[in-house]
Amino acid sequence: MAEKVLMKGNEAIAEAAVRAGCRFYFAYPITPQNEIPAYMAKRLPEVGGTFLQAESELAAINMVMGASAAGSRCMTSSSSPGISLKQEGISYISGAQLPAVVVNMMRGGPGLGNISGAQGDYFQATRGGGNGDYHVVVIAPGTVQEMADCTLKAFEIADKYRVMCMILGDGYLGQMSEPCVLPEFVKEFPAKPWALTGKTPDRKQNKIMSLKLSGIDGELNAHTKALFENYQKIQDNETMSETFMCDDADYILTGYGTCARVCKKAVKMLREQGIKAGLFRPITLWPFPAKELEAACKNAKKILTVEMSMGQMVQDVKLNCGRSVKDVDFYGEPGGIIPSVDAVIEKVKSYE
Amino acid sequence: MSKKYEFPKSMNDVPTHYCGGCGHGIVHKLIAQVIDEMNIQQDVLLVAPVGCAVYAYNYINVDSCEAAHGRAPAVATGMKRVHPDKLVISYQGDGDLLAIGTGETVHAANRGENITVIFINNAIYGMTGGQMAPTSLVGQVTKTTPFGRNADEVGYPIRACELLNTLVEPKYIERCAVYDVPHINKTKAAIKKALTYQKEGKGYSFVEVLSMCPTNWGVAPTVAADWVKDQMEPYYPLGVFRDVPGGVTPEAATPVAGVVTK
Amino acid sequence: MAKGRPLINKERCKGCGLCIRVCPKKILEMSKETNGQGVSFPVCIDEASCIACSMCATMCPDCVIEIEAE
Repeated sequence: MAEKVLMKGNEAIAEAAVRAGCRFYFAYPITPQNEIPAYMAKRLPEVGGTFLQAESELAAINMVMGASAAGSRCMTSSSSPGISLKQEGISYISGAQLPAVVVNMMRGGPGLGNISGAQGDYFQATRGGGNGDYHVVVIAPGTVQEMADCTLKAFEIADKYRVMCMILGDGYLGQMSEPCVLPEFVKEFPAKPWALTGKTPDRKQNKIMSLKLSGIDGELNAHTKALFENYQKIQDNETMSETFMCDDADYILTGYGTCARVCKKAVKMLREQGIKAGLFRPITLWPFPAKELEAACKNAKKILTVEMSMGQMVQDVKLNCGRSVKDVDFYGEPGGIIPSVDAVIEKVKSYE
Repeated sequence: MSKKYEFPKSMNDVPTHYCGGCGHGIVHKLIAQVIDEMNIQQDVLLVAPVGCAVYAYNYINVDSCEAAHGRAPAVATGMKRVHPDKLVISYQGDGDLLAIGTGETVHAANRGENITVIFINNAIYGMTGGQMAPTSLVGQVTKTTPFGRNADEVGYPIRACELLNTLVEPKYIERCAVYDVPHINKTKAAIKKALTYQKEGKGYSFVEVLSMCPTNWGVAPTVAADWVKDQMEPYYPLGVFRDVPGGVTPEAATPVAGVVTK
Repeated sequence: MAKGRPLINKERCKGCGLCIRVCPKKILEMSKETNGQGVSFPVCIDEASCIACSMCATMCPDCVIEIEAE
């Protein structure tokens, strides 16, 4: 039986990345994720990997682009303002179909904001953020164990589909310490015949590019449609979510990450008071677990989305719950305030 | 009779989109020749810039990656860290290297990444139709300096070799030109030296090439070649700034302090 | 000096004219006719005088010229 270790969320992500085979990590310091580069700076040399503190978040995402083009498993991490800087690189990486992992431990925004955990980057993560039609797979862990497991999954999905995978956490998740079982070291990795390894006589040159301006009619049109056929496969196969006591629930709470922890507590306390509440927790935010949400909400009287923002995931809930938008309520707190369990309970009680 | 000068093997036999008389065509040819002579086609990884040379990978037949504007040295860093035994070339223009990419340019050089940066300096932004570059000369008329570059407003042009020569780590910095055959031959020698140094793990090398842009300068190619010699060269002096493996070591390369003493 | 001759791939030429002035024997001229691009291209007007110095081929940005030499 694998041993449980007490780990800080940020460090669990870092160690899991190493176990997933990540040997190249580039980042710039920003609170509240600085434990990740500090951990990687010590850990990567132990496994023969490369840690490089880049001159900016912009440089870091481009180093990831190069390292990914070269065929490696590589990662960068940052927090909200730094992720804004990376959007250009994320768009280029997506257009060029390079696999890579980026970690966003969200903090309060907009702008410099504050350094507390927040959930204000849901739109940025799931709606693009960079230019053009593309998607990044977004995974939102809710516990330190999930931070480790989801990081492994992120590298797997990135390589399987040649996409960027984002771990979307928040400052609180990064700082909390919980026991977790670290994943086993990955031993087998998929082949990457497209990678840049040097054009040997037996093959054509490999070219990694997002520019599709060759003069072939409709080249970018066809390329983008192909990207979306790929995204459809991801949508069909890779959604992850958790349902908790939804079967007979009158009220479905939805939330992810830290908010889901609050909602789960609220569900338990409401049930103790005889109110039939349940929790639907998306874990992949893109692809959004639409079918699963619709099934969970089928018989509910009301749906309450709780976020540490002014309401971003609630739009996806309204779009996908299969109910009238009037049935979906929202409670949120921006700027790093965690919605309190009591406030959530009061909200649900108000529906009775 | 045999061929004394022939179409390079590492060049794809396709027409290029470069304008007649453009320096890119010359430098691409030189790179391909050096790749042939050093037999390194299977070792070169090329990072193409945003600029007229975005399609460098269509012409030079090596594994290549496009970089976002200015980010080529960062992309090159990522590639080189994964494949330290491969020869990574970051091929860039003036906007790429000295405007949007100044941070990446300076830091890759400062880290002493074992890569080769080839900088095509034609004192203008080509691809976007002829705007001022950080390297445009004072008084030079461009789309965004229609009355001539005004030093009081936007300062003097930046000299990349001199700038990088203030750092400790770079090992080889030379400025060349391609306006006539003797200078083209020197440029080829510089590119070969840079790649040889990279192959030997000697460190960061930087080759700046003063180049023609007839279309955006609005002159015939032969007039453009003369302009490089008469107008650019006096401000951008040619020659070796440092060649540490070859014994040319400026003071900046060997600092007397900068290391914590116990 | 070795004798030789330039092999000119006229369809690659963009008519920049840089080769004409670097020839030390002055035996390159721009053609009267035009190629598929609609531009003139170099023509060697006195192959017997070619010394296979390769200066024209070196100068050319478009790999138009190869040099055959004895």
